[in-house]
Amino acid sequence: MSPLAADPAGARAEGQRLMAGFTAAGAVPVETPVLQPAEVLLDLYGEDIRARAYVTQDPLTGEMMLRPDFTVPVVQAHMAGGAEPARYCYLGRVFRKQEDPAAARASEYLQVGYELFDGADRARADAEVFALIHGLLAPLGLRAATGDIGILRAAVAGLPTTEARKSALMRHLWRPQRFRALLDRYAGRAPVTPERAALLETLTRGKRPASPAPHLGLRSRDEIAARLDRLAEDAATPPLDAAAVTALETMLAIRAKAPQALAALQGSARALPWIAPALDGLAARLNALAEAGIDPAALDFEASYGRTSMEYYDGFVFGFYAEGRADLPPVAQGGRYDALTAVLGQGGAIPAVGGVIRPALVAALKGGG
Amino acid sequence: MLKIGVPSKGRLMEQSFDWFAARGITLRRTGNAREYAGAVEGLQGVALVMLSAGEIPRELAAGRIHLGVTGTDLVRERLAGWQSHLAELAPMGFGHADLVIAVPAAWVDVETLDDLDAVAAAFRAEHGFRLRIATKYHRLVRDYLRRHGVADYQLVDSQGATEGTIRNLTAEAVADITSTGETLRANHLKILSAPPVLQSQATLLAARGADWAGCAPAARAVAERLGLALPPA
Repeated sequence: MSPLAADPAGARAEGQRLMAGFTAAGAVPVETPVLQPAEVLLDLYGEDIRARAYVTQDPLTGEMMLRPDFTVPVVQAHMAGGAEPARYCYLGRVFRKQEDPAAARASEYLQVGYELFDGADRARADAEVFALIHGLLAPLGLRAATGDIGILRAAVAGLPTTEARKSALMRHLWRPQRFRALLDRYAGRAPVTPERAALLETLTRGKRPASPAPHLGLRSRDEIAARLDRLAEDAATPPLDAAAVTALETMLAIRAKAPQALAALQGSARALPWIAPALDGLAARLNALAEAGIDPAALDFEASYGRTSMEYYDGFVFGFYAEGRADLPPVAQGGRYDALTAVLGQGGAIPAVGGVIRPALVAALKGGG
Repeated sequence: MLKIGVPSKGRLMEQSFDWFAARGITLRRTGNAREYAGAVEGLQGVALVMLSAGEIPRELAAGRIHLGVTGTDLVRERLAGWQSHLAELAPMGFGHADLVIAVPAAWVDVETLDDLDAVAAAFRAEHGFRLRIATKYHRLVRDYLRRHGVADYQLVDSQGATEGTIRNLTAEAVADITSTGETLRANHLKILSAPPVLQSQATLLAARGADWAGCAPAARAVAERLGLALPPA
């Protein structure tokens, strides 16, 4: 790419066209600073964000990050004074470190996005965002994949086991490997190491092991004792019902066109009846999508979709992919993130759904690239 | 001129010299003991460059030296996508060290990464910030913990005396290089029962981007003595 060309790949022109589509839908254009306080992002995403975002040091404000996405600053701006319902759109560069030279992904690229804050009718809000992006990208003939993290959360929340086990599973919804390991352990299917068996045996006899080593560091004796209590409590907890575990695993593997996926999920609900309200939400969303002109029978639905991406999505999730181009990242993606607004708003949550498009990919695909 | 980069002091330098000597290439330091200059005897067109072990990955990646000796830990920590810049020619059988995660031995409830993850969640809820792991190997440790699904931790930078950070209340756990675990034990720490983050040893590396055409006869001579293919495939 020549540094002198004004808009070499046509990405900015494409971004402006998409931005016009968003403003035509009633969104207010917003700007956000490129430099974002690192603390907020680190608190939300954890250490992994350091692998993805550029970190720099500001003499006055401390550790800052080059904006890895717009969602967080837009949510903050809205919560600081926006009225509901609100629609925002933005166009600008985001910055993501890339570690794999073979993948040849851009570390700096344009993003154009649309965020909708409206709690009146979640299904209709989800459909509005999806249909808008779907319409803008229609000429490209992309494959749309959808999912619903809310159904997964409901499935875990209703499991007949302790709150401690449920919150551990909930915390690792976004790490499928650890989620599976936890499920195996709670189902009594994972082998226990001899050391752990000995510790649990000591605990179940009501004894507490003591270490000859001196106590060290900030984690207190009380915290260690409390964890031992939790281990003892967990050891006394009966294994998760095998039928529920099997049903959950079957559910996680569901992949089909949306109407068939809904039917399959309703099958799962016979063993996991507590997911029924979340399935009603999915049915309402499919109806709202149909009303917005999207044929649900043409939509892919994957029960585990979105589980490996940013962990703030907690409901509807979607992505648009160029068929036969597994080398490309999604052209667009988005979803519902009510939980993020709860974290950023210190309790004051606002139902929110949004999506972003990469104009450079749109331009490249239009140009046959 | 074919340039070989070797650590400029200590056991690593001596063992590197021994390794090359055993294969018929005599390396030696020149000048006085404090001067970082060296020579290769009996081979035309080959130069010895004395470098800090930590700089060798970067010099190789830039193609300023053709061959270099350094630990695999430094290569993997400092160079993203290192395989596209460097080729690992031969493990050299010394400088063995594991990058491991250690916690206070007094943590009788912690043994595995599972436990560390559970403790991290509880620690964050109790203290309002993420459990701190002191290390200088940020990329390696982060990749490892992500692969193993550990969450709610943060890495804090420690370039030396890492074992002391827990006592000083600047970290709750450490990730550090150890060969025998003695320093960790002396500081009342225990190594988690988990595969090491990395098993490192001194390794001979070749730079893919160096000018090999300009030193073809020397490369052939070195390749023959070492029993290796140069330039790297």
